[in-house]
Amino acid sequence: MYLRNALRAATALSLLTAGGAFAETITIATVNNGDMIRMQGLSEDFTAKTGHTVEWVTLEENVLRQRVTTDITTKGGQFDIMTIGMYETPIWGKNGWLVPLDDLSADYDVDDLLPAMRSGLSYDGTLYAAPFYGESSMIMYRTDLMEKAGLEMPEAPTWEFIREAAAAMTDRANDINGICLRGKAGWGEGGAFITVTGNSFGARWFDEDWNAQFDQPEWAEALNFFVGMMNESGPAGYATNGFNENLSLFQQGKCGMWIDATVAASFVTNPNDSTVADKVGFALAPNHEGVEKRANWLWAWALAIPAGSQKTDAAKQFIEWATSKSYIELVASKEGWANVPPGARISLYENPNYKDIPFAKMTLDSINAADPTNPTVKPVPYVGIQFVAIPEFAGIATDVSQEFSAAYAGQQTVEEALEKAQAITTDAMEAAGY
Amino acid sequence: MARAVTSRRKTINTALAWGVGLIIFFPILWTILTSFKTEGDAITYPPKFLFFDWTLENYSIVQDRSDYMRYLWNSVIIAGGSTLLGIIIAVPAAWSMAFVPSKRTKDILMWMLSTKMLPAVGVLYPIYLMFIKLGLLDTRIGLVIVLMLINLPIIVWMLYTYFKEIPGEILEAARMDGASLKEEILYVLTPMAIPGIASTILLNVILAWNEAFWTLNLTAAKAGPLTAFIASYSSPEGLFYAKLSAASTMAIAPILILGWFSQKQLVRGLTFGAVK
Amino acid sequence: MATKASRSAARVMMAPAVILLLGWMLVPLIMTLWFSVRTYLPLRGGDLGFAGIDNYIRFLTSSAFWPAVVATLTIVVGALLITVVFGVLLAILLDQPMWGQGIVRILVIAPFFVMPTVSGLVWKNMFLDSVNGLFAHVFKFFGATPVEWMIDKPFFSIILIVSWQWLPFATLILLTAIQSLDSEQLEAAEMDGAPPLKRFWFITIPHLSRAITVVLLIETIFLLSIFAEIFVTTAGAFGTKTLTYLIFQRVLESQNVGLGSAGGVYAIILANIVAFFLMRIVGKNLDA
Repeated sequence: MYLRNALRAATALSLLTAGGAFAETITIATVNNGDMIRMQGLSEDFTAKTGHTVEWVTLEENVLRQRVTTDITTKGGQFDIMTIGMYETPIWGKNGWLVPLDDLSADYDVDDLLPAMRSGLSYDGTLYAAPFYGESSMIMYRTDLMEKAGLEMPEAPTWEFIREAAAAMTDRANDINGICLRGKAGWGEGGAFITVTGNSFGARWFDEDWNAQFDQPEWAEALNFFVGMMNESGPAGYATNGFNENLSLFQQGKCGMWIDATVAASFVTNPNDSTVADKVGFALAPNHEGVEKRANWLWAWALAIPAGSQKTDAAKQFIEWATSKSYIELVASKEGWANVPPGARISLYENPNYKDIPFAKMTLDSINAADPTNPTVKPVPYVGIQFVAIPEFAGIATDVSQEFSAAYAGQQTVEEALEKAQAITTDAMEAAGY
Repeated sequence: MARAVTSRRKTINTALAWGVGLIIFFPILWTILTSFKTEGDAITYPPKFLFFDWTLENYSIVQDRSDYMRYLWNSVIIAGGSTLLGIIIAVPAAWSMAFVPSKRTKDILMWMLSTKMLPAVGVLYPIYLMFIKLGLLDTRIGLVIVLMLINLPIIVWMLYTYFKEIPGEILEAARMDGASLKEEILYVLTPMAIPGIASTILLNVILAWNEAFWTLNLTAAKAGPLTAFIASYSSPEGLFYAKLSAASTMAIAPILILGWFSQKQLVRGLTFGAVK
Repeated sequence: MATKASRSAARVMMAPAVILLLGWMLVPLIMTLWFSVRTYLPLRGGDLGFAGIDNYIRFLTSSAFWPAVVATLTIVVGALLITVVFGVLLAILLDQPMWGQGIVRILVIAPFFVMPTVSGLVWKNMFLDSVNGLFAHVFKFFGATPVEWMIDKPFFSIILIVSWQWLPFATLILLTAIQSLDSEQLEAAEMDGAPPLKRFWFITIPHLSRAITVVLLIETIFLLSIFAEIFVTTAGAFGTKTLTYLIFQRVLESQNVGLGSAGGVYAIILANIVAFFLMRIVGKNLDA
């Protein structure tokens, strides 16, 4: 800490003597995930380059979300940069609450951003947030267990194969569950997973007139399949498992397969934390036989500037620094290529150093397989794959996923859960004036 | 004979009380132990109690990542400031309720307590908007005011009950000697009520220290106390038990130490007028 | 004995506290009442006009409302029962002569110093987790199937966490009261051959009744609005959505401030009903 302060002081001094640009202090709100923590640690590099200093407000995801939402809707002006996701960006951009990022420097090479990420973080063709890292979902599986079960994972499996393989890999006596999936309530946890599962069974949240669709057969089929498979081969108590719970199960060797965020790949293959680091294979998220959509989602954590910020220029400089190609190289030089923020730039996947990373190709393929503007088999009036980009969605989907979790736990039947989901969604949409 | 029985009873009491005490304390002990483990050791089965590779890694990570002293300092100022301000406002009020009671005194007291039942989250938006207007967002003074208001009813009530136990004759004697109201409060009443005031302060410092709704929602980079410090270690992606434990230990240590030293005071002082 | 002069002086001295609290209560209350009759959707542009009593009807008729009231009362009553019963027993135990009394006391009151968020996280992840939790390890050690605490016993889990936090408070107040119990009275009863249980029931408990009332009152005030313990454990799933949590969801997750404000008004009403009954029961006892 002392060292850091000394460094800051030295930088500030050198700038003063050089009579350089006016140095500002910008406040950044961010999530406490590993990649962001790393960015926080490396921000001295930014200070050294520009003279601007950074103050961090690092919060757990749920707290961050409520904190920045309160601030932006009331124009509180507490932050110069907010870390937001693909769900918030188009809604806030539409409301004119974010500074458009349409004048980034040529050096930044905005065309190098992965098209899926760029379009997901834009509203009406204007970019409102720059992707720090992006992800889709994919299958991570244990190659040794797959072999033991006498099966071979296709590149693009179906749900039917997954269910069969999960049953074959399950070995309750040895504490091995064929498959681990999210069942935890919350729109960003189990809600996201069951939504993409629904997509891959041909279901959708709303029809073109914003009518809730949980009374349709596709949802019943998807949910029944999910519950049936998890009862056969899932871990006990999966109704409370989210990303973290499944991650630790998988790292401890208790899962045959796990379908989740592509960023998890770097965790499960990290020998420091994972007992199965050298036995992990990857495949595309599955689909129901005959359905063209797969259970891929698309998400990005991105940096955006609230419209009220007084320090827009410094904030833009920071965003350009943190989401640039050179930042990726900076991380690679300090922490290795496996730890760079993935899923944001095309050039990363063309980089020969990165091609050796075992999960690089599958991550890219998964991201490319996701199409937020056209997420479902039947037409929908919304954008977003594992979410619906309307302000009411987070609230509705959290309530709905709580009903689903109760069904996973066996506290109610799938039919009851769907009935309640339909009622909750219809009621909330009515309240919102659709 | 009698002494032998007492001694046996004492042994049994000791064993029983220590057993219960350790069970109640165990979650905290476990948190402290976990803070010295690696993330891998923190979740291993069978759990490692004492025989693991003790490491300070988590503390150094936490220290590297966040400016602990700043959060600590904010906590001290906010908890201490709000309590002191509350005491200053509450002493006269409690004095008049105790020594010049009217028919409505009890109603006023109960009404004060009932203001604590307003659900905080319901008024987040109104308060946030007010804070923007007043320029109090992310300031320590703003939090001092809010936490003072939240705890004021408790402070008034506690002081009121202490003051009531002071015999009125002493005050009258002081008045006879020509003491002014101010002198009466300052030189007669307050010294007698010091034990009561001390335990009121202690309880309210604890309550303010642990308040996690307003302190999180009304701060950003400058005024955030230890509750905000904790919020940056709970539930990130990946393993976090050990780091969370280290951060938790750092967040509760100061108040735990304060509690340790003032334990006797707390045990004697928290009467709320319940002792007759 | 109060003179007219001291009466007016008393009013002056009470004024700051009363005015401040009045402001603290009235300003947000009026704003809440105002928002509750508006269609106020921050993410759709803010205040979209008068809504009449729509928000009130919608909140009351939503399928989540009554379960939330029941959940709130379950948690409050459960935690009160546990903390009072164990608080009395613990206070009696701690009042006995023993070695290391000071240390035992600090062990017992320590949970009170832990932030609700921290205790929620620690209990959920390190104790109640069905795979890596310590309880699960113990169950496995004895060859039993670990319980899914958050799923099968969500209320028990939350009440356990909340009680752990508030038991020290109850114990402290009850201990203070017990220490003032006239030991001669107890000894006299002992001489008369009254068995311990009888002594406890006819002397100790009546003596503690005032202290118990105080514990009930203060804890109810705090327990009615518990939030962090639910936020970090079940997040409202499996029927544990309390009224406070429901309002949180409406205001911050659904971003419907009008609807949430109407819920806030209901919560105030519920709190006042509870307070009314408490005052009836407690009021006599508190007659100072």
